[in-house]
Amino acid sequence: MLTPQLVMYEDEVRQMQAVADRLQHDSRSQAVLVVDKNGQLIAASGSAHELDTTSLSSLVAGNVAATGGIAKLIEEEEFTGQFHEGKGISVHMSIVGRKMILVVLFDKNTTHGLVRLRVKKASTELETILDEVAKKAQHPQVNVFAEITDADIDNLFND
Amino acid sequence: MSFINYSSREINCKLVYYGPGLCGKTTNLQYIYSKTKADAKGKMISLATETERTLFFDFLPLSLGDIRGFRTRFHLYTVPGQVFYDASRKLILKGVDGVCFVADSQMERMEANIESLENLRDNLTEQGYELDKLPYVIQYNKRDLPSAVPIEELSEMLNTTRVPEFEAVATTGIGVFDTLKALAKQVLTELRKGS
Repeated sequence: MLTPQLVMYEDEVRQMQAVADRLQHDSRSQAVLVVDKNGQLIAASGSAHELDTTSLSSLVAGNVAATGGIAKLIEEEEFTGQFHEGKGISVHMSIVGRKMILVVLFDKNTTHGLVRLRVKKASTELETILDEVAKKAQHPQVNVFAEITDADIDNLFND
Repeated sequence: MSFINYSSREINCKLVYYGPGLCGKTTNLQYIYSKTKADAKGKMISLATETERTLFFDFLPLSLGDIRGFRTRFHLYTVPGQVFYDASRKLILKGVDGVCFVADSQMERMEANIESLENLRDNLTEQGYELDKLPYVIQYNKRDLPSAVPIEELSEMLNTTRVPEFEAVATTGIGVFDTLKALAKQVLTELRKGS
């Protein structure tokens, strides 16, 4: 298959979480999410636990995909950043390493300028981690699911 | 593209319901949502027009339980069925792990079914997938309608590769979970093979 599984190990997730935590603190934002382009949440920081992060991740990915579609139509390579300004909360989204989306939710406690500045630094850090993920993917670890039995699968549907 | 997170011990898979306009893709998800326990589902999101037609996608996250210590989560998506939303359909197929083609059993929708199935194959190819290599099931919906084409005919026309097929009446839930289970099983079986 063209797109292999995305496998994230604890080390990389922990590092991404640390980047998200630092970004949330340094940018004085409310919440930070690291989402993969297919809408899977990888790390969340700040007040993210109060949000429906699953839905948010899916919609963010849909939004970025739609914007990517627009870029393709007008022969622009990619729109790397998006900004939605709200009355209370604004959202800054940026694509990192072509694979991830960094989402920052912020209010009047900070400025868009500061958020953008901090996002730039965090993006570089995330790209380094993503390179590690890509390297590990080239040397796949043991597939823990190789031993899944039909009974295991059937048990999921027993209710 | 399934996503395995060793940190949170979760497997996430993306299932897409595809089919012609008004075939019942959204109704499938609505039924699943209505019959799933609160702790096993997230919020269902529908990006629809004012007339309740899917504009971009519907989204329903489901959590099925644990398998080998990993929580299995399925993200169910529908595409907009109307022909002119093709650009959106292509986007939603990105990263797909399994496809359910929902066919409309009514005689007058046969052409739309065939056109949509061809569109599915084309759009998958464009994304670098092959329908015949993906977990894939077919659902013949609206079996309760008087103009429903006999199942043998539908099967011959739409299921040329003999994948699992199910009769359904999505409004009342008949066949809805059977379809979902069959697809989810195929996707999990695929996981055994690894990337």
